[in-house]
Amino acid sequence: MMVLYTNKKICYTDFMKYHKDTIEIIFFARGGQGAKTAAEIIAQAAVLEGNFVQTFPNFGPERSGAPTKTYLRISNQAIRTKEPVVDPDAVVVLDDTLLDSQKVTEGLDKNEALIINSTKSPHEIRDRIRFDGKIHAVDANGISMSIVGQPRPNTVILGKIIKVMEVVKLESILEEFRKIFEEKIGRENCEKNILAIEKAYDSI
Amino acid sequence: MSNSKNNNKLALTGGYAAAYALRQIEPDVMPIYPITPQTPIIETYAKFVADGEVETEMIEVESEHSAMSAAVGASAAGARTVTATSSQGLAYMHEVLYIASGMRLPILMVVAARALSAPINIHGDHSDVMGSRDSGWVQIFCENPQEVYDKTIIGMRLAEKIKLPVMIIMDGFNTSHSVENLEILDAKTVKKFIGEYNPEHSLLDIENPVTYGPLALQDSYFEFKIDQEEAMGKASGEYMKITKEYEKISGRKYSLFEEYQSEDAEKVLVLIGSAAGTAKDAIDDLRKKSENAGLIKIELFRPFPFLEIAGALKNAKEIMVMDRAQSIGSYPPLFSEISVSLRNVHEARISSMVYGLGGRDVFKKQIERILEGKFKEKYLT
Repeated sequence: MMVLYTNKKICYTDFMKYHKDTIEIIFFARGGQGAKTAAEIIAQAAVLEGNFVQTFPNFGPERSGAPTKTYLRISNQAIRTKEPVVDPDAVVVLDDTLLDSQKVTEGLDKNEALIINSTKSPHEIRDRIRFDGKIHAVDANGISMSIVGQPRPNTVILGKIIKVMEVVKLESILEEFRKIFEEKIGRENCEKNILAIEKAYDSI
Repeated sequence: MSNSKNNNKLALTGGYAAAYALRQIEPDVMPIYPITPQTPIIETYAKFVADGEVETEMIEVESEHSAMSAAVGASAAGARTVTATSSQGLAYMHEVLYIASGMRLPILMVVAARALSAPINIHGDHSDVMGSRDSGWVQIFCENPQEVYDKTIIGMRLAEKIKLPVMIIMDGFNTSHSVENLEILDAKTVKKFIGEYNPEHSLLDIENPVTYGPLALQDSYFEFKIDQEEAMGKASGEYMKITKEYEKISGRKYSLFEEYQSEDAEKVLVLIGSAAGTAKDAIDDLRKKSENAGLIKIELFRPFPFLEIAGALKNAKEIMVMDRAQSIGSYPPLFSEISVSLRNVHEARISSMVYGLGGRDVFKKQIERILEGKFKEKYLT
């Protein structure tokens, strides 16, 4: 499936909550799980669509396996602030073991979304963290293993994030993914990854 | 940054933006120490070299002291020379910084400004570059990746024009690792803007032999130092000329400092670097509440624009200076410069505070409190 990027502008104001000009997302992950890459793919896709972005890691000591936080802002206006995101519109968790040590829902209210890579059901997750908002669980590892043959939850979960948040179009994500990865991992592998992203997008 | 939707084509980190500008400049020589604390600039540029996109001679050395020493050698030999460093790396270069400026070598160095040990910290603040403020280098600060890209190009041209080394400074991590939109020029335009480098003197010009950095004792050392000061004095004027020319090709305007809503403001915040973005948002909010606030963001720190600052602050009743470095045992560096600028000029109340040391976040609400007169401490922790 090849969808060409169309230059159509979309207006995000309908779903920008509280009349915010800027959508803010926090990614929780462990060092090496590729949260930065995931945030950057969404950012670059938003740039393709003519929007303004900002993404940066929470600059803790970067060690493989240590909990990390990455911030993403998307806006239809230039972004000037350098503040870390403290009042996110959505939180993405790439590793559900982080629920034990990180307050992932801090700043999220009941109209906002937690998107989590987990084999558990939203119900089970809710029991564990006491959160009133929407929980979107996706087995990104499982999807990735079955289609790509390797655990690549960071890119697979992109499908789910944009299904829930609609911050960019799926086609823009796929275009950006191809741009970054086709040369690196070969065409066949790249297309498998894309299938996995689409599967996460379509998952319920 | 322009709000034009058609032009926000790229999103890059500050580090990548510097590397991108350097790729378009394509210096002859880039001596580097590639190990921590280094910036992403070097690894990005190394990839450009490996991919055959540029023909720069990258020289890997065993320390930053050697990196700057090799830069001195390359520049004296007549090569267009650049390097990059950060934090302890800049501190370790310190001795050789004075040699580069004393020999009037137009070396360009991009610095991701970061904290100094001890205790160990790798995050953004201005302690490293403030430690070099008297080393005879021009210091140009950037707020965001767009400014890093633009000022890297402007800086190369300035260095070669005034025969002084130039530091292009971005906030470590806050800018060096933050992906943001920016517009770039095409390579041809950049090459044309900076022009060919034809050094007036070079060690490899054996028809016209010269000596660099010889012994100069009581009879002449003093005069060399006076000459350096004079050369630095001309830097502001040349910087303004070059930025005006750059504006013609890019549409982006730079100056000695940026005045944001400050011209009619009673309360003016003065700071340097990436926190300016957050401060602008704070000022917009305060203006909606009819608080008469503004910002001056210093771009050229060396030479410091004393007279122009005095002019720009003449109507301010309260001036709040936020430093991201200390001068332990004295007032912080920017506060000292602002105070000296205003001496005998007027009687505004000037207050000093230190923020962001070792990467401590600064929030819009905090800046608003400062401008509202609700924050009375010395440290914005």
